[in-house]
Amino acid sequence: MAESFGRAAPVRHGIRAYLLIVAMWVRSTLTYRASFAIMAVGNAAGSGLEFVTILLMFSHIDELGGFGLPEVALLYGSSATALGLADLLLGNVERLGARVRDGTLDVLLVRPAPVYVQVAADRFALRRIGRLLQAVVVLGWALARVPVDWTPGRVVLAAAMVVSGAAIYGALFTLGAAFQFWAQDAAQVQNSFTYGGNAMLQYPPTVFAKDLVRGVTYIIPLAFVNWLPALRLLGREDPLGLPSWVDFLGPVVAAVVCGGAALAWRAGLRGYRSTGS
Amino acid sequence: MGGAILQRGGGLALYAAVARGGFRRYVTYRTATAAGVFTNTVFGFIIAFTYQALWDERPQLGGYDQAQALTFVWVGQALLATVSLVVGGGLDELQERIRNGDIAVDLYRPADLQLWWLAADLGRAACQLLGRGVLPMAVGALAFDLALPAAPGLWAAFLVSVVLAVTVSFGLRYLVALTAFWLLDSAGVAVLSGLAAMFFSGMLLPLRAFPDGFGEVVRMLPWASVLQVPADVLLGRYQGAAVLGALGFQAGWAAVLLAVGRLVQSAATRKVVVQGG
Repeated sequence: MAESFGRAAPVRHGIRAYLLIVAMWVRSTLTYRASFAIMAVGNAAGSGLEFVTILLMFSHIDELGGFGLPEVALLYGSSATALGLADLLLGNVERLGARVRDGTLDVLLVRPAPVYVQVAADRFALRRIGRLLQAVVVLGWALARVPVDWTPGRVVLAAAMVVSGAAIYGALFTLGAAFQFWAQDAAQVQNSFTYGGNAMLQYPPTVFAKDLVRGVTYIIPLAFVNWLPALRLLGREDPLGLPSWVDFLGPVVAAVVCGGAALAWRAGLRGYRSTGS
Repeated sequence: MGGAILQRGGGLALYAAVARGGFRRYVTYRTATAAGVFTNTVFGFIIAFTYQALWDERPQLGGYDQAQALTFVWVGQALLATVSLVVGGGLDELQERIRNGDIAVDLYRPADLQLWWLAADLGRAACQLLGRGVLPMAVGALAFDLALPAAPGLWAAFLVSVVLAVTVSFGLRYLVALTAFWLLDSAGVAVLSGLAAMFFSGMLLPLRAFPDGFGEVVRMLPWASVLQVPADVLLGRYQGAAVLGALGFQAGWAAVLLAVGRLVQSAATRKVVVQGG
């Protein structure tokens, strides 16, 4: 049916469905304004505490792993902004396991909208804007403070860093959700890579064991979220001594992991057998 | 309603059975436990590396040497689920029962509401200490040079301290759950209280590494009982009778919080009309 509209139509249909579902949840959220305000503040405070921890550390030291506070703040801000975007836009795919378990995924299968879109927009959590705003504030402060000579190229690199970082985190959320088609209770595993990855990327790569840095460069490409582009911006060598063009591969890596996540999602959905309820 | 709560029925055998039930219930969540162990281990590694860098810069920060600081990290990861520092641990169900009115049935049971949930929570904690505590600690001890004591006495004191930590944490979470009698949706309170617990327990940074005056105040608060004190007991920060003082500090907060819980509970059951008429 969709073919008659050309190739772009299914995408447009999907985005439209996503926006409709999101708008519905936003309306529902804003019915309880006080509740929403508390949750948004709590959300911002939650990620803010991680930065407070960094500030507490820097109350004792001037440099961590050879990086000063503005530089660590740049790492923190870029990773947290990327994660905040991905988490806001499609973080709720992690609820897939619960839907498989209680059988409510079946309802989504018969609705005239892509299942992924419905799961991603499900219970859209506007409160997560709190985390995103908090991250953006830190990122802005860091960008103003780091000693970088801002050429147009560097501005583009910084923007591409945040966008492809969000795409990489989004792909990891999706991969984690696809995994839940097989292991419904394993929602936490993806947290290791998304929130855990974020906890790691907030600190300079020099802090971690080389093998760990290799792991998040070659196996789970978290290093492309912010480490490699940020090191390039700051004019620092990366600890693995990679050729310099690798620092610009963020968007390519993001496209590849998104493609992989899409394939995994499809395989999971195809293999899905209802609980039969 | 008030009369039902004052009936003390059952005795020890009943609450032991409830605790066993709490234990066995969490044994069934095997995939979730495995996923949790994985997540705790990943976070343990990440935080351990950042502490290593911090203690490289500032040896003896907070009076800990590096091995002790790393031990603190892994004790934290091992106890994270046990003392229910993760948001959404343990008493969500009580909160939900208050919200949807099922609490009316609970109040008619011939058992004390607070003791019932305390017993169930201690059962849950025992299960999670074994299921989610031992493995991350073992991995941490293999990967890093930890300062784990050889003296069985210290381990025994640590176990007592953990039981008290769970009780204090229960006291706090029980109060949060009871707010649902007035707020109906106490999710916001739960989030804020969870964040306070994360920060003031020493989970993000040992309280002894906080700035001086602030650190001293924070170490007197109930949250210090939840992680800082058990970790210090294991690390041998208390000599001889001082161990009893530390355990007494925890027991004191446990008693205060449980007593306040009873007061709030009786106020709630006397004044509030249960949802659903």
